[in-house]
Amino acid sequence: MAFTITVADTGERFPCAEGQNVLAAMVRLGRRDIPVGCRGGGCGICRVQVLGAARYRTLKMSRAQVSAADEARGIALACKLLPEADLTVKALGLLECRLNPVAGGAPHRG
Amino acid sequence: MSFRGVMRPGHAVIRVLEMEPAVTHYVERLGLIKTNEDAQGRVYLKAWDEHDAFSIVLREADAPGLDVMAFKVHGTAELDRLEADLRAYGVNCERVAAGELADCGHRVRFEIPTGHAIELYAEKKYVGNLVGNHNPNPWPEGLKGMQVYRFDHCLLYGPKLADNLDLFTNVLGFDLTERIVTPDGGLLATFFSCSNKAHDIAFVHHDVPDKFHHASFMLMTWEEVLRAADIMSMHDIAIDIGPTRHGITRGRTIYFFDPSGNRNEVFCGDYTWYPDREPITWEAGEIGRAIFYHDRRLNENFLGVVT
Repeated sequence: MAFTITVADTGERFPCAEGQNVLAAMVRLGRRDIPVGCRGGGCGICRVQVLGAARYRTLKMSRAQVSAADEARGIALACKLLPEADLTVKALGLLECRLNPVAGGAPHRG
Repeated sequence: MSFRGVMRPGHAVIRVLEMEPAVTHYVERLGLIKTNEDAQGRVYLKAWDEHDAFSIVLREADAPGLDVMAFKVHGTAELDRLEADLRAYGVNCERVAAGELADCGHRVRFEIPTGHAIELYAEKKYVGNLVGNHNPNPWPEGLKGMQVYRFDHCLLYGPKLADNLDLFTNVLGFDLTERIVTPDGGLLATFFSCSNKAHDIAFVHHDVPDKFHHASFMLMTWEEVLRAADIMSMHDIAIDIGPTRHGITRGRTIYFFDPSGNRNEVFCGDYTWYPDREPITWEAGEIGRAIFYHDRRLNENFLGVVT
């Protein structure tokens, strides 16, 4: 069974199989709607907010990137986000991963 | 040979989100050998060509990253001297008791300007490598996965690279081997050797302190790096970039991630450092070639993806 993931920022849609994480489903199609980082729940680059009432579960994510309060308002790392119904997500990390290397800038994360 | 102060990277304690997939990654895929597990559940690992009891410790935690990188010092007298020098320089040092990590002598722990915890120690149980010291074979049979030879270095991210440079060169006795400088003379990156290697520890400027970019493991040949990349695809390990070439250190490399998002590197082929050399300087405008020599630009993850 596959669910439909809608990326609110772009309106793009892609399928995600049951048991597959949202980021892997996106990468498999060569899409970049959500930024891709470590793919292990550690770096926080693929942070998204699940919009509306939705059914999903998450695997263990870094508490430095997603606090318990974040989780309560639907924030998750796409690489650890498993849909149990169709989902609409908003990418949160996109601007923070586009850096100016010469300035040595970096995202502020806890 | 005379590196008789800080000799080499001794171990890194890496935080992982879940122990079981982490052990599978480091043992079955990289080819490290599990040597111990303590009452806290920490898992101790070593590479086949390392002689001491462990070089990587995995600790399960809520957030991945690096707890500490430790360096082995040549003897207790040198450890005492370095501790006194650190204190005289104004660095707060904490003594961690022998046995807190199994089979490791007492450690001198301190925070460096980039916010990372560094430890020095002089004693760790000698267990020998897997071929022994008596008429040894060149390599042991039965190794797993990428068959890494040793834990080699870490790249860490944090602020205050100029203060860090002073501490590492003037107190800890490291040599600066390479640096990336901005047009106004600021430091974007610094690479240090305490030995004959092109780097034993390296730093990239980052506004947030105490961030972990990667732990690196040594291979001997480009073919072994390519084979490591094959193993990553066989087991769907997330690859960051490579196989490719670093301008800095000339290393042939592949970056990839452990199951908790900590970056690993396997690499081969840097140059030999001697302390009478001048350091290599890269201009910030050349940072692309300096880091990834073939792409000649950074991938978007190099500066932003850390644990």
